[in-house]
Amino acid sequence: MKSFKFSAVNNPAEAITLINKNTDAAFLGGGTNLLDLMKEHVALPNEIIDIGNLSLKEIKATASGISLGALAKNTATANHPLIRKNFPMLSKAILAGASAQIRNMATNGGNLLQRTRCSYFYDIATPCNKRNPGSGCAALEGFNRMHAIFGWTRECVAVYPSDMSIALSALNANVKVLSSERERIIPFQDFHILPGAHPEKDNSLQHGELITAIELPKNDFAEHSAYIKIRDRNSYAFALVSVAAGLTLNGNTIQAASIAMGGVAHKPWRALNAEAYLKDKAATAANFAKAAEAEMALAQPLAHNKFKIEMGKKALINALETAFKGNI
Amino acid sequence: MKNNKTKLTPEEHRLFGDLMPEELEDVLHSGFNRRHFVKLMGMATAGLLASYALGAEQLFARAVEMEDIPDLIPEAIENGVTVNFKVNSTARNVLVDSRMTLLDTLRERIGLTGSKKGCDHGQCGACTVIVDGQRVLSCLTLAATCQGKSVITIEGLAKDNELNPMQAAFLKHDGFQCGFCTPGQICSAVALMKEAKEGQASFATKNISTDPKSIILSDEEIAERMSGNICRCGAYPNIVAAIKEAQTGENVPQNWLFTD
Repeated sequence: MKSFKFSAVNNPAEAITLINKNTDAAFLGGGTNLLDLMKEHVALPNEIIDIGNLSLKEIKATASGISLGALAKNTATANHPLIRKNFPMLSKAILAGASAQIRNMATNGGNLLQRTRCSYFYDIATPCNKRNPGSGCAALEGFNRMHAIFGWTRECVAVYPSDMSIALSALNANVKVLSSERERIIPFQDFHILPGAHPEKDNSLQHGELITAIELPKNDFAEHSAYIKIRDRNSYAFALVSVAAGLTLNGNTIQAASIAMGGVAHKPWRALNAEAYLKDKAATAANFAKAAEAEMALAQPLAHNKFKIEMGKKALINALETAFKGNI
Repeated sequence: MKNNKTKLTPEEHRLFGDLMPEELEDVLHSGFNRRHFVKLMGMATAGLLASYALGAEQLFARAVEMEDIPDLIPEAIENGVTVNFKVNSTARNVLVDSRMTLLDTLRERIGLTGSKKGCDHGQCGACTVIVDGQRVLSCLTLAATCQGKSVITIEGLAKDNELNPMQAAFLKHDGFQCGFCTPGQICSAVALMKEAKEGQASFATKNISTDPKSIILSDEEIAERMSGNICRCGAYPNIVAAIKEAQTGENVPQNWLFTD
């Protein structure tokens, strides 16, 4: 690990003042991803600002929904009675990720900022535009079974690894961010970004900004929601494909569907085609299949991940059926 | 080692006198330490301890007493951070390099080598310890972030000469082969008991939207909740049996048998 200056801060203002003084400084939350990247010399901060003592850990009901403190742990969030009851899809998604030990350490804000697990990004001996802009993408012609089928560019074919964020995308969450100048709200759909020509950027957060909370607006699909995850082993593995789905129903008619996919793109992939197809349709197996077809028709597979198209269809159908049946 | 930290029971005195006579003086004078432990473990493997089971088990259970932590020379530390925290209920004050993980601090500075360095990347769980009541990975925890916290390691689970019920259950059910992952497995399982009591859910939990309530763990739940602890020997069925027995307090049939 490269040497770094360490300081622990006690309030957000202090954290922001410190990080504004050094463009090579990084905030430390749970550290479950950052420490790993530092050990591999992929992340090279020369200063670590420990924000673990900040009091941004509250999970509370607000007028518009529920606010998740950025530093509340993943375990505390998944098990909070308000979340289990009103946003069970989120509990399920968080519990689908990592291991109990890691969820006990990982913070909500940090979960959003996880970096890709693309093995070329981790291997500093190979080219990677995300790690070293302009060096090329080793995965494009390399072993790309785990990689993207939507929204990739020749610059980057990596996928975004978080399970929690897939549910947050389907839940239309907002990310509350503080800097020295202002507080701003970033809609979840705009928080993570597609690689374009600058895959070194994963999201729209600026240096000097601190995530303070994630806000979940009320919804009416808690009882008809699902999180389905398909992976190489049954637990403690990243998704090949995952689907978060919520259905607003009027009898058997779908008034609205909210669907996001993981393991398929550089950001949580909102399945807008499937959502559009399902609007005002009957909740039938045939319509679920057509919605899945409509979404997966956009897929552009790489050499080793064509299987994700069929898997994506089946995962979408499974998630929609599970959500329709209810009882998550 | 501080002098005379370890008072030997008559069984232990007999055990050392018979099996390791050359170490007896050393143990009486300086205490039971890692070197003695390793030698004893070698004998256990060779089956020599069978008739001394009582004395040996007490020694294995006993937390090893450590001396004060010597400071490193200043040149060995680039960005020094002083950390005051508790390890197995003992207050510790240690100056570490900012890069030092909790795992390396426990092993290399405090001398508690029970927590193991398996992958050092948060993928195997061998380094699992309990911090402020929660199981975490000590390889992905900077020691500098442990100011004011309380850490329990495998060395701190037994009370005096009595094993923690989870340790006893792992022994009964042979929940290991090589033993390298075992300290992490046991720390993880001990914390899991509290999680289940509090009604925490896992990905395997049905009806997640209902209120949390205390649960008795099924095999499927145990497998899901222990998935962060990898066992390359594949002792999983025995680990699951040990955890079931420790949770219910009832006898669970052993998966292994003595054969002729």
